[in-house]
Amino acid sequence: MSGFASAVITFPGSNCDRDMADALEKVSGNAPHRVWHGDAALPDGLDFIALPGGFSYGDYLRSGAMAARSPIMQAVVEAAGRGVPVLGVCNGFQVLTESGLLPGALLRNAGMNFVCREVRLTVENSQSLFTSGYSAGQEVLIPVAHHDGNYFADDATLDRLEGEGRVAFRYAESVNGSARNIAGVLNAAGNVLGMMPHPERMIEAEQGGIDGRTLFESAIKGLVGA
Amino acid sequence: MKVRVFVSLKNGVLDPQGRAIHHAIEGLGIHGVKDVRAGKMLELEVDDSVTDAQLDTMAKQLLANMVIENYRIERVAA
Repeated sequence: MSGFASAVITFPGSNCDRDMADALEKVSGNAPHRVWHGDAALPDGLDFIALPGGFSYGDYLRSGAMAARSPIMQAVVEAAGRGVPVLGVCNGFQVLTESGLLPGALLRNAGMNFVCREVRLTVENSQSLFTSGYSAGQEVLIPVAHHDGNYFADDATLDRLEGEGRVAFRYAESVNGSARNIAGVLNAAGNVLGMMPHPERMIEAEQGGIDGRTLFESAIKGLVGA
Repeated sequence: MKVRVFVSLKNGVLDPQGRAIHHAIEGLGIHGVKDVRAGKMLELEVDDSVTDAQLDTMAKQLLANMVIENYRIERVAA
């Protein structure tokens, strides 16, 4: 797959940026640009932007709060507005809600515990750019590793998300107390996905499964063709 | 001048931390505490020129997440 231009943003405290870059390179064949949070601009001509997991700014104030106000995020918000696909995983999801690109917020896990294990997810929407390679209702196995993954939004927002098919993934088991077991949500235009589970940790058999690979394959295929 | 910004969770937002603290209070053998909600207080040292509107902007855009939290600003007399 040639010509796929992606970027992985690294914040101080990101720790899944290399895994994300590795996944994008292995699936697309092209190494992503590595972009630092203090940069004011993104490389030109990006097809895809990824916000990785980690503990940006030590989770100070709120998870993702400081990163959401870093210089590069203005460029990410602007790019998302132009329709450039943005994937936020784990801390990246928290940054997306804090920056206002996605609705809701991620609270401390209901059980107070850091949850680090493989969990079963149900694919709720298989029509999006990120999920077209899955079938609706398909169950997939993808790991989570987070303390603040308890998705919260008011009931009206949750109803709207469900009604518009913007719940991409749901936990098939109890994980962190998330409202309606929501694990991943899309923005209204469908080009921004935030999810707590780590698809980049399931892209080759050696990692215990390839259920996450489908997400990257779907996006890359949708953007530059097979 | 000193400014205090109190950030608290909105009603209806689950507060596992407050619940754990509540549980610990019961462990002290003190009864009659019905609920605990944990928040945070930020103390800012600001020039007199900083306006109420600017403090409001700080609170709204950064110090509190308006999806889940409320805030209250208090100017403390020097």
